[in-house]
Amino acid sequence: MSLARTIAIAGLLVATAVSAAEAPQDQRRSGFTFMTPETQAMQDDDTANPGMLWVLDGETLWKAKTGAADKACADCHGDAAASMKGVAARYPAFDKALGRPVDLEQRINLCRTDHQQAPPLPYESRELLALTAFVAKQSQGSAIEAGSDPQLEPFIAKGRALYGQRQGQLNLACSNCHEENWDKRLAGSAITQGHATGYPLYRLEWQTLGSLQRRLRACLTGIRAQAYDFGSPELIALELYLMSRAKGMSMESPAVRP
Amino acid sequence: MPSALINVPRKAKRGDIIEIKTLMSHIMETGYRHTVSGEVVPRDIVTSFVCRFNGTEIFRADLFPAISANPFFSFFTTVTESGKFDFEWTGDKGFSETASASISVE
Repeated sequence: MSLARTIAIAGLLVATAVSAAEAPQDQRRSGFTFMTPETQAMQDDDTANPGMLWVLDGETLWKAKTGAADKACADCHGDAAASMKGVAARYPAFDKALGRPVDLEQRINLCRTDHQQAPPLPYESRELLALTAFVAKQSQGSAIEAGSDPQLEPFIAKGRALYGQRQGQLNLACSNCHEENWDKRLAGSAITQGHATGYPLYRLEWQTLGSLQRRLRACLTGIRAQAYDFGSPELIALELYLMSRAKGMSMESPAVRP
Repeated sequence: MPSALINVPRKAKRGDIIEIKTLMSHIMETGYRHTVSGEVVPRDIVTSFVCRFNGTEIFRADLFPAISANPFFSFFTTVTESGKFDFEWTGDKGFSETASASISVE
């Protein structure tokens, strides 16, 4: 009797935990839908979207020869409109040589060091953001496919665990806001569902383009936790989990967010 | 790598009111911020924007430190003849950029 009751209660607890974990597929909403019509119009118009300034710079860099190999991205990959279409929608992806997932910024830097024999570009530098934005722009409108590779499963699981792990002085997990309270507001700003559909994106608050890692670090600082370093396995796992969670949603890069 | 995005309709009917949109890549550093060691970050802003149509000035704006990075302008004009719009941004540290766009009027 008491055993049966315990099992029933345990079952209820599991059911509650699952329902709080992730929004159902049909209720997922891009951060775009939380914005004002004015900001949405800014994103949709390629001549008003400031992210396009980085895309333009990226196009120049794509064709520029660099490094000891004196090669441009275009020398191997050709026309980005064809070769890079849908690529950003699959990142972070598993790198066989490294045995771990790499995000789009790391892939670009690996290409630089391995094939162009050029120094890697620093995180959040204008050049790296420009190349990333240019590559990601080619996938605009493509459905996100990241995380389909079975080798990525342990890393997605790690990202999911980090996402649900309380930390920092405020003792909050990502999921406390972005799963449990996404329909509410925090100091006047919409709390979104945290689908990383538009990175790198132009934040009006930053007055510049920024990566998903920058966004995650800003969130961590916001809950007064020690932010993970750029390129750390934790940030990549979080990026990977977020992208796999947004599977099927449309890529928006370069998005605009308030 | 300064660059501009310009949106001018390619064609218009005589007498139409058209919207012109321009976006200029610029950091717009206010001059009011300090580094960690207390030194002032020198002001670096765009101070003036001018649009000319076939050489005649049709729009001018002065910019100030409170204007956000990558300044965006949208303004309207009536088109009377085919021609070329010339845009010019000037600012601190010798900043000077130009762009142009043509329109054909039927």
